[in-house]
Amino acid sequence: MVQYQSHLDTSFAALSDATRRGVLDQLVQSDASITQLAYLFGMTLTGMKKHVSVLEEAGLVATRKVGRVRTCRLGARTLADEAAWIERYRQVWAERFNALDTVVEELKQQEESDGRESGE
Amino acid sequence: MDAKVANNPADIKDGTTTERTSDRELVVTRTFNGPVHLVFKAWTTPELLMRWWAPESFGINLVGCEVDARTGGRYRFAFDVPGQPEPMAFVGTYLEVTPPTRLVWTNEETEEGSVTTATFEERDGKTHLVLHDLYPSKDALDAALASESTGGWTEQFDQLDIVLASAK
Repeated sequence: MVQYQSHLDTSFAALSDATRRGVLDQLVQSDASITQLAYLFGMTLTGMKKHVSVLEEAGLVATRKVGRVRTCRLGARTLADEAAWIERYRQVWAERFNALDTVVEELKQQEESDGRESGE
Repeated sequence: MDAKVANNPADIKDGTTTERTSDRELVVTRTFNGPVHLVFKAWTTPELLMRWWAPESFGINLVGCEVDARTGGRYRFAFDVPGQPEPMAFVGTYLEVTPPTRLVWTNEETEEGSVTTATFEERDGKTHLVLHDLYPSKDALDAALASESTGGWTEQFDQLDIVLASAK
């Protein structure tokens, strides 16, 4: 079984908090350590860790520990913006189909020329 | 939740439309300028599939294509992905093959993959395709929506901008 609470729900829950939205805004500017984020938002390290872990679970933020510093950056998985995903899905098919057009055109021409030959 | 993707000029040009028609289903449509038996052939012949199945912008090559296009037959598409040592395989079973009008196959790379039904209909020498991607549950489609499984990192990062703008 997929233990999957709707990803959208997770994302929206993550974004329901002003601090977490602020953290995302901050990470758009540049990566930052949890310590830096805690300082910027006037929070304890523990408090900031909690916010970051919520964002991380939603795929909005990715963290990486180098030495003793945990650096946060924007997650590659974004808010599952459904329309955007569907558009990408469409583009996958559209690209395939554009290539398929060429194949079909060639098959048509081949069939026509075969038809002419056998008709003679 | 329905999310219809609005047609922009590029869509109209290539004519591919996509719509989420239900909690667990996506529908793609397209018209091809050729008779249905040729379009069907291009969907069921490995040498022809090799020429069009890999989306160009992904920068991946289809390196293997085994297709047993009979009801109950299996397929296996293998892609070379830059930076990955092993090819990425897409596998499944043809649940129905009815030439030249209907193809139904499973997508088994993930446990809760979709079942895809492609229906081909010829009108005035053109072939109209309707492709349904039906997921086993809403959660499965939501998971697919949230996953990276279709690749496309560049597009992914472009979308980050959109998402972040809407998150404000």
